[in-house]
Amino acid sequence: MASFKRRIIQVTSTIIGNGYFEGFAKGTIYRGKLKSVCFPGLNCYSCPGAYTSCPIGSLQSVAAGLKYQISLYVIGFLMLIGTIWGRLICGWICPFGFFQELLYKIPSKKLKMPKTLNTLKYFFLVVFVLLLPALSTNEVGIGLPLFCKYICPAGTLEAGIPLTIKNVALRGAIGIMYYWKLMLLAITIVFSILISRPFCRAVCPLGAIYSLFNSVSFYRMNVDGTKCTKCNICNKICPVDIKIYENANSPECVRCGKCVDKCPTKAIKSGYINEKKGRLNHEKILDVGCGADNCN
Amino acid sequence: MKDRLKYVLLIMSLVLTIAGIYRGEVAEVLQKAINICLECIGIG
Repeated sequence: MASFKRRIIQVTSTIIGNGYFEGFAKGTIYRGKLKSVCFPGLNCYSCPGAYTSCPIGSLQSVAAGLKYQISLYVIGFLMLIGTIWGRLICGWICPFGFFQELLYKIPSKKLKMPKTLNTLKYFFLVVFVLLLPALSTNEVGIGLPLFCKYICPAGTLEAGIPLTIKNVALRGAIGIMYYWKLMLLAITIVFSILISRPFCRAVCPLGAIYSLFNSVSFYRMNVDGTKCTKCNICNKICPVDIKIYENANSPECVRCGKCVDKCPTKAIKSGYINEKKGRLNHEKILDVGCGADNCN
Repeated sequence: MKDRLKYVLLIMSLVLTIAGIYRGEVAEVLQKAINICLECIGIG
């Protein structure tokens, strides 16, 4: 049931976030004031349908501009979302996460991603999103959104392809960088068929930011140590390969809730936990449980 | 401790967002977002 609810929310957020259909028809983008608001997931602001801004693009564009080297507005917004939900956004709202999930449903041989690659996303965040756009500026002091320019496959999928199909002027300007980004998108698609959410886990700077808040966010996962039998079913169905009974609020957890649904002893719960009371706020009945984050 | 930290982070996030709005970053974000980002689409 939770997985159906999640799918509905993923579809809805993708459609609402990219609902400017006129943009797709005309090969243009929405230019209204809503664009000053960031979308909580990775969603390119040059997507013809996008009503809002990409937080990673905005973070870079402010850093690359003349006035400020860091955007308090975007950092504050991401902190707010991260503090309330952590990586729940990745699992429920992000259109590019949803895209990868759909690709992983394509029948093929499935592979595990080496855990060491999880740290790569912090490199992309620090170097390509925070440092280089602010430091590598031209003679008048303007930098470039380098993550968007060299790495981001979401921009190619959501903006590059639809815009160049409909917009003749842009199609005429296609050069080697376009093909570079097309190749990165193709690699992302192939890996997403073989590995669950490879971009979210190894590359996404937005996931890297939200992951920092997973251990402290209001919304959290909880494993009842008295009920958990460590049967490992949760690990087998986990899209990001974590053992939730070892670290209920792991930075990698996208809080999709698959483990909550599948746990045979109903030891895993998620919600807005009140740590003083040691239980989730939505729990009405007092059950016997340690209420701790980890199953010790 | 974590319980207190999340409230501190919540307040900090609101303070940062308001500070960003106050110093005019909303207009800067809007300015970038209403124009096609050529770097994003692989042309710039």
